[in-house]
Amino acid sequence: MSKRNTWSVTAIITVIALTLTLGIPTGAQSVPGVTPTQILLGGTHPYSGPAAGYASIGKCALAYFAYVNDHGGVNGRKIVYEDKDDAYNPPQTLQLVRQMVEQDHVFAIFDSLGTPSNLAIRQYLNDNKVPQLYVATGATIFGSDYAKYPWTIGWQANYHDEAAIFGKYLLKNAPNAKIAVLYQNDDFGQDYLDSLKATLGPKASQIVKAASYEVTDPDVTSPVASLKASGADTVFIFATPKAAIQAMVTIAKMGWKPQVYLTSVSASQAFMHAATGAGTAAATDGVISANYLKDPSDPANATDKGIVLYNAILAKYPPPGVNAQDANCVYGMGVAFTMVDTLKRTGKNLTREAVMEAATHLNESDNPFLYAGVKVSTTPTDRFPIREEVLIKYNAGAWKPISGLITNRY
Amino acid sequence: MVRLLGTAAFAVVVAALPAVIPQYITFELTYAAAYAIAIVGLVILIGRTGQISLGHGAFLAVGGYTLAILVTHGVPYGIGIVAAALLAGILGVALGCVALRLEGVYLALATFALATSVPAVLKRFSSLTGGATGISIPSHSEIELYYLTWGIAAALFALAYVVLRGRVGLALRALRDSELAAVSFGINPVFYKTLAFGWSAAYAGVGGALLALATAYVSPDVYSVALSLNLLVGAVIGGLQLLWGALLGGIVIEFFPLWSQAVSPALASVVYGVALILIMMFVPGGIAGTFGRRMSFIRRGHE
Repeated sequence: MSKRNTWSVTAIITVIALTLTLGIPTGAQSVPGVTPTQILLGGTHPYSGPAAGYASIGKCALAYFAYVNDHGGVNGRKIVYEDKDDAYNPPQTLQLVRQMVEQDHVFAIFDSLGTPSNLAIRQYLNDNKVPQLYVATGATIFGSDYAKYPWTIGWQANYHDEAAIFGKYLLKNAPNAKIAVLYQNDDFGQDYLDSLKATLGPKASQIVKAASYEVTDPDVTSPVASLKASGADTVFIFATPKAAIQAMVTIAKMGWKPQVYLTSVSASQAFMHAATGAGTAAATDGVISANYLKDPSDPANATDKGIVLYNAILAKYPPPGVNAQDANCVYGMGVAFTMVDTLKRTGKNLTREAVMEAATHLNESDNPFLYAGVKVSTTPTDRFPIREEVLIKYNAGAWKPISGLITNRY
Repeated sequence: MVRLLGTAAFAVVVAALPAVIPQYITFELTYAAAYAIAIVGLVILIGRTGQISLGHGAFLAVGGYTLAILVTHGVPYGIGIVAAALLAGILGVALGCVALRLEGVYLALATFALATSVPAVLKRFSSLTGGATGISIPSHSEIELYYLTWGIAAALFALAYVVLRGRVGLALRALRDSELAAVSFGINPVFYKTLAFGWSAAYAGVGGALLALATAYVSPDVYSVALSLNLLVGAVIGGLQLLWGALLGGIVIEFFPLWSQAVSPALASVVYGVALILIMMFVPGGIAGTFGRRMSFIRRGHE
């Protein structure tokens, strides 16, 4: 009895399975995610969890797409951006991306955020020939591994280039500096340190001390103290925001007055205010950083066309919980602009191959959200869209440019 | 008889599913099975032995990284999974020795501390673990992963079922209900408590190895405190007393976050939280516990 039952259950299920498998329509759409009226893009950002501060990138990209859609879309098609919360958890990123690719049939993945999350989905997207466009991380690997991962490309100024730009400025303006480096002990900090050394070349011996910290360390007092003891007059802070703020405050409290260089990821106004608040103005005055985005908090930009557009979009399509001075929001609109530009260049006949072709032949000099003159350009063998930055100095609560654009493009 | 038939029918459904469901759901069910294996470990430890762990994510990390490191050095997957179980099990025994001196809230805190330290430890030994970038492993088709994971899950569920019904299970339960009484019957509490920790951790290690294999990637961010807490949530919602509660728990923690995204991407975690609170209010014994109790009423009514 029991055996017969089991067998009949098996038989029934097998029949159902076969029917359903055969019944599934295949290839209903020639290009996934593209219809005559619509382009479907997918993306992931951390809307919850420890990295939720970056969510404004996704929200502001969405606001820019809403603006573009209300102005006719791209070649008559409206952009639908399906943005999901991966909580900065790589397996969840992979599952959400698979769902978007296989169930929702997105055309491409756009602006997924974070180095680990993008590493988790890179193999899958490349195996399935789905474009992984303009990943929101500055890790160099997303631009350099194109031979193995041709469907992946980054966007923002990468860590390697930024350190090289710092190095070039230093060689020109303070060639005899005695240098100390505080760096985060992971690929992010290491990328910066290696590139700085390479740029300084023979002058790398002027790095008298490099001290690391762990991203989980409660404070950075002891590495900063060891840097001070080295007698350096210049300090590079290759750190993420929390540690960077602590380092600036600690340096001021020790009464040490070196020239501080700070990574752009930690140079947002909000972080500088925090450092000024916790220490004194001495903690932040004179700090040098780099930027490739337009600063919405700079009064000089109040009449700038890009910032006027930025504020108009924020007013008309307000992204929930986003501060207009948040540099990440400018980033979101900037990268969305490049995405729209790429789709326009691809033309009416959208295919995944064609969009990769366009993404690797960018020549964009009119991105209104980027610092004046910054170009977004790529070739099939140079997949770093943004390689120019301007150096900026912090004084009396505001960043001011102190150099022209410095490029690391050869 | 009913139970055997039910199990057989369930096995057939599981085996046939990939033919009828979309690939990405096959993939998600693979995760559910891997989580379920880890949750069986919690059912053994918390439900049957009465010890608590808020840090089982650490054993998933050990399992995942063991597999990733071995596989990238050319060791076959099978050996990688066994090594993951062994190493996690050994660490579990070590934690079990600590647990002998701690009880209740203090044990909870100690294991919680373990969970919070995992990402930092993984980042510190970057020459071995790849630091914050993690390690990529060659990927597999979802069908392979599905049958591998569900196959191992079936074997490990069966093993747990048999062992928990035997002497060991009896001893663990006796220790949970009254340690004094258990000792007076000649049960060695030191041996059985550390055994439970090691056994539980080994299951978590296998779950971790299979999760790593499915994602084809490990990185410190995977093993945040949230993972440990999610496993506990799965165990409690599924039901801490029954083994098949672990299976429900695995399905819940895999699919709830995805479903809550579908309700509202911006409020996903709020939807998830509210759903959990509702379940705990109305189904306090966990799904398996409450549903199982009803079934036993029915059965008793028939007798």
